[in-house]
Amino acid sequence: MPLTDDEVRDLQAKARELRCLMIDVTTWAGGAHIGGALSSADLLTALYYKYLNVRPDEPDWAQRDRFVLSKGHAGVGLASVLADRGYFPGGLLHEFNHFKSPFGMHLDGGKVPGVDASTGSLGHGLSQALGMAWGARYQKESWLTYCLLGDGECNEGSVWEAAMAASHHGATNLITLVDRNGLMIDGPTEEVMSLEPLADKWRAFGFQVVEIDGHDFVQIAAAIEGARARAGRPLAGRSGAGRPGAAAGPSAASGAASADTAGRPTVIIANTVKGKGVDFMEGNVKWHYGSLDSELAEKAKASITGRRT
Amino acid sequence: MPEVTGTTWNVYDANTLTQAEIYGRVLTELGEKDARIVALTADLARSTKIGVFGERFPERLVNVGIAEQNLFGMAAGMAKAGLVPFVSTMSVFASMRALEQVRTDICYQGLDVKIIATHGGISFGQAGTTHHCTEDIAIMRALAGMTVIVPADGFETANAVRACVERPGPAYIRLGRGFEPLHYDSEDYGFRIGQAVEIAPGGDFTIVCCGVAVYHAAQAATILAETDGVSVRVLNMHTLKPLDDAAVLSAARETGHILTVEEHTVIGGLGSAVADVLAQSGVACTFAKVGLPDCYSEVGYPEDLYCHYGIDIDGIVDRIRVMLGIVAELDEDWEDEV
Repeated sequence: MPLTDDEVRDLQAKARELRCLMIDVTTWAGGAHIGGALSSADLLTALYYKYLNVRPDEPDWAQRDRFVLSKGHAGVGLASVLADRGYFPGGLLHEFNHFKSPFGMHLDGGKVPGVDASTGSLGHGLSQALGMAWGARYQKESWLTYCLLGDGECNEGSVWEAAMAASHHGATNLITLVDRNGLMIDGPTEEVMSLEPLADKWRAFGFQVVEIDGHDFVQIAAAIEGARARAGRPLAGRSGAGRPGAAAGPSAASGAASADTAGRPTVIIANTVKGKGVDFMEGNVKWHYGSLDSELAEKAKASITGRRT
Repeated sequence: MPEVTGTTWNVYDANTLTQAEIYGRVLTELGEKDARIVALTADLARSTKIGVFGERFPERLVNVGIAEQNLFGMAAGMAKAGLVPFVSTMSVFASMRALEQVRTDICYQGLDVKIIATHGGISFGQAGTTHHCTEDIAIMRALAGMTVIVPADGFETANAVRACVERPGPAYIRLGRGFEPLHYDSEDYGFRIGQAVEIAPGGDFTIVCCGVAVYHAAQAATILAETDGVSVRVLNMHTLKPLDDAAVLSAARETGHILTVEEHTVIGGLGSAVADVLAQSGVACTFAKVGLPDCYSEVGYPEDLYCHYGIDIDGIVDRIRVMLGIVAELDEDWEDEV
């Protein structure tokens, strides 16, 4: 069911608000992986404000959908989202990275409510997410597991070990997203270690691949809803008409799986821009990790909100 | 809480089954009672005997193929979903190929994953040094939160497998290839994680040992008592972490001499753990370690290798005689040797 115009506007506004918070947290922290947090901000917004079935006041609720941030360095992004969703008081984020803070750059699930897996070392998340998905199916539970990978992370062999196993086991209740922002620490992915043809690689590993613009909420929604339909978990009936005139988005994202692709897990390759929303960070490899003083932070937030400085 | 073992008589026959086969049977028995128990392996279901569990519960055994990183990562996720995964592969892969998954995904997150590492030490000696694992105890001891157990034989393996289910958090249980001699004749000798078992009393000398060395040490103690009149205490230190410090210190105070024996490098294993306790205690005693020197082990059948590295009965007897200054052949009279 496509998003309504109002839903799209609300999600866009929420994403701007969250991006500003990510800038603030980076400033308070003295530095964070802001580039890859901003590139995944719209994906996180769609998941946490539309699709994940979670209870922020009951973070360990057994029936919740799981989310594994395999690109754990984007912790500054996830922590901002979790604070805004009410998992913990937002004021705690002032301690980010500080001595004995619960928040390190790579979030610790034992310390931060709402973090389903402690990640940071790349290539670990998809296996854990697959284990969760297997556990759900074994226990006949209907909750879903989402896993967000970085594109550079797909250099790790362990990602492909997990991918092979996910398709072997037909883990359709695992929904994988790749934040394809095209940059890694040392430069463009295609210069450091080429990933292309990335979609073909996932396809060859037995996945149903959906490629989208990772900053377009209509496409994000269509892709996630398609994946949920393949998982046998279409979004429960929702009031309000579908968005008139909205394209269904990527073809594979619409409706249930066809017979020849049934049982394939879904990967959503979200083409994104590193540093998205901040003009001086966008596409700039130097902003993989960075720090801001208050003046630069104001410029960044002005760029996000379209406000003049 | 006592480790109640109950119905072991119909679960396995230790005289006809290997250590790993006993593990497979016991795990299956536990699986009957506890649906949270699931199993994973990486194309070694047959070699590790976790396949015994899979025959009974095919839907509860995941074979990930030859992919150890995914093996341990998936186990972590399954534990996060409320299950108690048992993961079996060879110790060399469990401790090194996938170490970061074991450390970061399992131990750091404090998850209930039980690792049954087979073919430990030089028990698969003829396979070549790629398949030896003489470093795993040192590696696993260094991981915060990890319980490390090296059972002496099949009976102790059964005890360890049962006990680790009761104990929250990750555990590493190191087995041999499965053809090691039995030391015990039943499970009922009071096994508790973290508590050494005194398998022979003695006041003159103490051997602290684990794994296959327990059998050899017990035999060595008998020889020393009968031929040299030396009363040797033998401590089966099946749990390497948490170590039974009190048993070590009592032995140091009461016998004045300690020798550690293990199928592992002398760096970082049982000997080092015992030395740590002694060095920080202020209790003085003579002390030596038997194990593999700082090298890559030779190829050969385990019995030959145990002899080569002095981990066998004769090696232990000789080493203790040297430590005690006993000159065994002073009279040069060969008549009394036959």
